[in-house]
Amino acid sequence: MIDLSTNYLGMTLRSPLVVSACPLSEKLENIQRMEAAGAAAVVLYSLFEEQIRQEREAMHHYMVYGTESFAEALTYFPEPDIYHAGTEDYLRLIENARKTVGIPIIGSLNGTTPGSWVKFARKMESAGAHALELNIYSIPTDVHESGETVEANMLEIVSAVKAAISIPVAVKLSPFFSNLAHTAHKLAVAGADGLVLFNRFYQPDIDLETLEVVPNVLLSTPQALRLPLTWVALLFGRVHTDLAATSGIHTGHDVIKMMMAGANVTMMASALLRSGIEHLGVVEMGMRKWMEEHDYASVRQMRGSVSQMNAADPSAFERAQYIRSLKTYQPRVS
Amino acid sequence: MMNDPVFTTIDANEAAARIAYLCSEVIAIYPITPASPMGEWADEWAAGGKPNLWGTVPQVIEMQSEGGAAGAIHGALQAGALATTFTASQGLLLMLPNMFKIAGELTPAVFHIAARALAAQGLSIFGDHSDVMTARSTGWVLLSSASVQEAQDFALISHAATLEARVPFLHFFDGFRTSHEVNKIAVIDEATVRTMLDETLISRHRAHALTPDHPVIRGTAQNPDVYFQARETVNPYYAAAPAIIQRAMDRFAALTGRAYQLYEYHGAPDAERVIVLMGSAAEAAHETVDYLNAHGEKVGILKVRLYRPFDAAGLVAALPLSVERIAVLDRCKEPGSAGEPLYQDVVTALFEQWEGRPPRAVGGRYGLSSKEFTPAMIKAVFDNLNAPQPKNHFTVGITDDVGNTSLAFDPDFSVEPDSVVRALFYGLGADGTVGANKNSIKIIGENTPNYAQGYFVYDSKKSGSMTVSHLRFGPNPIRSNYLISKANFVACHQPIFLERYDVLADAVEGGTFLLNTPYPPEAVWENLPRIAQQHILNKHLRVYVIDAVKVAKEAGMAGRINTVMQVCFFAVSGVLPREEAIAEIKDSIAKTYGRKGEEIVEQNLRAVDQTLAHLYEMPVPAAVSATLELIPAISDDAPPFVRGVLGEMLARRGDLLPVSAMPVDGTYPSGTAQYEKRNLANEIPVWDPNVCIQCGKCAMVCPHAVIRIKAYEPDALADAPATFKATDAKDTEWHGLKYTIQVAPEDCTGCALCVDVCPAKNKTAANLKAINMRPQPPLRDAERDNWAFFTQIPELDRRSIKVSSIRQQQVQQPLFEFSGACAGCGETPYLKLISQLFGDRAIVANATGCSSIYGGNLPTTPWAKNNDGRGPAWANSLFEDNAEFGLGMRVAVDKQVEYAQELLIGLEAEIGSELAQSLLKADQHDEAGIYEQRQRVAALKTRLDALVGDGNTATPHEASLQSDLLRLRDVADYLVKKDVWIVGGDGWAYDIGFGGLDHVFASGRNVNILVMDTEVYSNTGGQMSKATPRAAVAKFAAGGKPLGKKDLGMIAMGYGHVYVARVAMGAKDEQTLRAFLEAQAYNGPSLIIAYSHCIAHGINMSTAMRNQKAAVDSGQWLLYRYNPDKHSEGEHPLTLDSRTPKLPLIEYLRMENRFRMLELSKPDVARELFAQAQEDVRLQWALYEYLASRPVNGGGK
Repeated sequence: MIDLSTNYLGMTLRSPLVVSACPLSEKLENIQRMEAAGAAAVVLYSLFEEQIRQEREAMHHYMVYGTESFAEALTYFPEPDIYHAGTEDYLRLIENARKTVGIPIIGSLNGTTPGSWVKFARKMESAGAHALELNIYSIPTDVHESGETVEANMLEIVSAVKAAISIPVAVKLSPFFSNLAHTAHKLAVAGADGLVLFNRFYQPDIDLETLEVVPNVLLSTPQALRLPLTWVALLFGRVHTDLAATSGIHTGHDVIKMMMAGANVTMMASALLRSGIEHLGVVEMGMRKWMEEHDYASVRQMRGSVSQMNAADPSAFERAQYIRSLKTYQPRVS
Repeated sequence: MMNDPVFTTIDANEAAARIAYLCSEVIAIYPITPASPMGEWADEWAAGGKPNLWGTVPQVIEMQSEGGAAGAIHGALQAGALATTFTASQGLLLMLPNMFKIAGELTPAVFHIAARALAAQGLSIFGDHSDVMTARSTGWVLLSSASVQEAQDFALISHAATLEARVPFLHFFDGFRTSHEVNKIAVIDEATVRTMLDETLISRHRAHALTPDHPVIRGTAQNPDVYFQARETVNPYYAAAPAIIQRAMDRFAALTGRAYQLYEYHGAPDAERVIVLMGSAAEAAHETVDYLNAHGEKVGILKVRLYRPFDAAGLVAALPLSVERIAVLDRCKEPGSAGEPLYQDVVTALFEQWEGRPPRAVGGRYGLSSKEFTPAMIKAVFDNLNAPQPKNHFTVGITDDVGNTSLAFDPDFSVEPDSVVRALFYGLGADGTVGANKNSIKIIGENTPNYAQGYFVYDSKKSGSMTVSHLRFGPNPIRSNYLISKANFVACHQPIFLERYDVLADAVEGGTFLLNTPYPPEAVWENLPRIAQQHILNKHLRVYVIDAVKVAKEAGMAGRINTVMQVCFFAVSGVLPREEAIAEIKDSIAKTYGRKGEEIVEQNLRAVDQTLAHLYEMPVPAAVSATLELIPAISDDAPPFVRGVLGEMLARRGDLLPVSAMPVDGTYPSGTAQYEKRNLANEIPVWDPNVCIQCGKCAMVCPHAVIRIKAYEPDALADAPATFKATDAKDTEWHGLKYTIQVAPEDCTGCALCVDVCPAKNKTAANLKAINMRPQPPLRDAERDNWAFFTQIPELDRRSIKVSSIRQQQVQQPLFEFSGACAGCGETPYLKLISQLFGDRAIVANATGCSSIYGGNLPTTPWAKNNDGRGPAWANSLFEDNAEFGLGMRVAVDKQVEYAQELLIGLEAEIGSELAQSLLKADQHDEAGIYEQRQRVAALKTRLDALVGDGNTATPHEASLQSDLLRLRDVADYLVKKDVWIVGGDGWAYDIGFGGLDHVFASGRNVNILVMDTEVYSNTGGQMSKATPRAAVAKFAAGGKPLGKKDLGMIAMGYGHVYVARVAMGAKDEQTLRAFLEAQAYNGPSLIIAYSHCIAHGINMSTAMRNQKAAVDSGQWLLYRYNPDKHSEGEHPLTLDSRTPKLPLIEYLRMENRFRMLELSKPDVARELFAQAQEDVRLQWALYEYLASRPVNGGGK
């Protein structure tokens, strides 16, 4: 009997297959399907405070725009008794998911101000989230803001949230730090229970016909796995947090690689968006098949087995390797 | 048992609607100013599940017209329900037929009326009694409320008394003055309502219902033998009604402590002079009588509450026996009558009921269309009664230098006590001034023992309009229901008003002036115009200044200075202790905005906290030092009438214009908007000829016709100003010509639609286009000169313009320009297109609505004429009859064409066969043909003049011939083609005017109909129409419209002979142009349904053409043309111009607040309706695609 169970953020999960934050979890029905397809936990789609804020401001703007100007049309809309702000829908989803499915529900939050991170974190905890993922991501564009400041702000958010709630907290990171290992360490010290590597962020494109910058969401490809694989392997055993690998997890083999590199769980979104929620079952089957063929009894057994710490050639994860690989690569082309 | 009253500050519409809602089961509604808010309240309450008195939510149903509402109410009453409706003006007129029936059948019912003027020489949305007076013969009770308090109280008394009297009630109060005045009133609690309504009488009403369980018939046809007798059966009910109503008033008094009499005398018990009047004027008269009596006079007023049934004995009994002279005032006009209605009734009552020789009575008119009625005018009426021969049939409040009816009055006479704080606020529509003032009234009215009153005066233009708020606060109930003319506080929220208006004219000695200004305190004085400095010095005003824009911006509320200015008002007016006021403002912010989101609350609280630190008292120098004068309201080159009459209205001195200044028949010159330089835009578009591809799209979409294009001979540039821009014309057919796009800097509203549609991008900076917004002030002077130069460059010969190409067509001169429509309006580009293509030969019938307001609201109007003096001739008849109105024009034109041709044939010998025949056979299908026919008609007229000679005739034959020549001269111009355009909005075409529209389709006549479909009643504030799409939130559809949009085009296509097009300029401008050309060319009825984005959609008006595109791309708005001519050519008449829907509908829906609101207010309903709306799109596409692909004539296309 193969044991797929793993631990993540203090929870025992039936497998390392977790659904990462994506639009699929906007519907309760999908969360039920995720559980049925074998998801061990679901990170809900991200609550973007800024978006909610903008929507409310827009709503307010259009409710008052043009009013009290012209005697026949002093207003243009009826005033509703209730506004369902985006947060309420989100919290209701957590509550309903808790009632409907048995797997852990992890809330995901992207705040804008230090106070709001704490406020929404508390609300998610009260709504019943098993854990929280902080999606701390912004593009610093101020040339006067140092990397230290950016990191200090991030640490402050993590400390504040940790102090305010008692459920476990993971931090989803971007790979762009001068020394990611150090940042990860400081996050662990600040109280992060887990690190999620890495955020797939918005990268706009240019439309050559209209000369406009257009949003262009790219789904991950299997190649995207390499970056988190590298960093999971490097951080395993070095920082005292759980590690979740996300980006490029498409097959059972990918999951196994990540587990071997040192991940507690792997998170999937693109593969499910592309192939459907039921693809989770295919991945699980792939894992089981490989483990059967290679006679592995549990994923715990393999976890970190090929991390940098445990790899046959630890330097293989380091930078020098890049140069060598190029050298070995070149002759094949010519 | 009487409880201590709870006070609230509301307007009469809300106060009356609340009672009506509590007392009703069926409420039929239809929008009409100023009664619309009553229906809106009812719909909102029902959508929110608010129950009536019996714990059940009333059925609120919007009808297609007021006639429909009255019919539905009649039916509901017959079927045993308690039913009500709300209306005004023409709406009430449409209800009259049913009202006779409802009364004839002795049915308890109440209609609540915000009384309003009737359209005669012009429409007016404002208040008087013209409408209710037309209902005086319907057999309804007419009960008049004079104040907000009475509007609430009499609403209940009406609902209670009608049940007992079995006579229906028209409960009315004055439109705007009362309907929209916010005042502190004691609220009637539900227990009182319950006690007032007798359940046994409700049972009696139900027992009277039509039901198959005990059937009866009503509505028989009666013959000469019995109709008369049957009509007389109701007399006892009318005889009993006054006493029943008085009993209801007495019961009400026992419950609330507020006692009312049907005819209530107030004044000296031994008064010799008495004014009899009804409506809101009674309040000002009450106040004036108190003042005059306190100053030694013996006067009184008789307030008429019950006008029908007219209790003559009751009225006369209420007068003091000492009265010697009576003035009866009517707020209406009945031309040609022996006197206005109330006057006539009072005279009759005195004649019939007075013991001995009755007092002398005179009648007068006042207050038409909310004309001010002030203590000064009331005093003038009393003074008139003192004259040896009092003027009868007088007017008061105007200067009638034609009929000499008017009474003189002293405008400085005032009765207002010093204990009343009187504050005037000048704001811009968009800055939130009115909202903040309503809030201040609430704070003072509901949190202090003080009484509070607010009345708000708005502009007639929809964009960039000025609002003036009139606020009073004081220790006693406020009856001064006239505008403030002695203000002890004046606030100017927009510095630009100081340059244009004498804002401080109404400030009193020692008053306070609060100014929002971008200047620091030490620099404010030098930037004030001379007149403002003079007022400040002469009246010893204290001046406080703040840069509210900056404070608001720092608080995150760009442009909304309301909260900042509200804090300033409380800080400097001293109405409340400062700290208390600020605490109340903060509390009120939390209440008002709490449900809209914390950030909105936080922004406002930040603004409150930051205000006082930026508020300064300005040091006032000792002498006037200004170099600035007020900007004239109208340009110097305006014609005398425009300057002398319209200019005075613009300068806010219209009240002073005498009768002789006004046209006698409501006829005004066209093209007057050009003389009003509004300078609204902070930024205006600036053309970059190097980037421009000369596509013409910017000019096409410009809602205000401020972007113009000309192609012209290079020598026209000879005296061009230095900054005037020109480039070579790119169109191959314009080789050698120069090309300019010019902006009218002072007429632009800054909407920026032009920039958004510009397809040309600057190759070195993608954020720049061929047209870019730049600050207006530094450009104003140079561009004004450039505009003036541009306008005198000759227009391109219309015969040479290829109208099917937008880039060429857009050089045609717009004859619809600078309207007062909203900045970025979605309707006006279509009207402008008509004016360019066909304006020189168009007669326009315009349904009442937005287009008739921005098209015809005084002072200045946008329909213009070209250099030949030709242009669209425009008229508005009513809301409901526009299709018929236009059809009548068509028939009249056709008849005169026919007659002219008949005369021409008869006079062929005299005129000359060649000219006559060429006139008769002229081909006028294009500009060249029309041009040639105009030449021929000119020749004909010359010939006719020659033939008429000196007019002397020797023989009967010659005399007859002479007559025919003169007759032909009268109608000769009809030989040149005339186009009739029938234009209006969806409220007209889909709802109230649909019956007529349908008949016009069926007539087969050659009329062109443009429906500017905003999918709501835009002009009255966005109420649902049958054009409203599924899932949209609108007024009267507060819970989201559950059903889909009516397919008007499909209905019209059903006739087979109607040209139909659906267009959306923002999606496919070429299709729009083609449709307009085809519609005009089609010799039969043509219908164009044009998607018109609207401020009522809750969208960004600068990018609104994108919404049009999204509506089309999603399939929500199908583009097609159905041309019956194609059928006869063997082709399929239906051409689909849309592509298969590619954009998920939800992406379009989420672009607009009208849909988005539903997601935020009722997410579950939104999910369902959005899904259904997507299915609507699928089905619509499938149906039209199927129809367009059917073979024609057994195998054509």
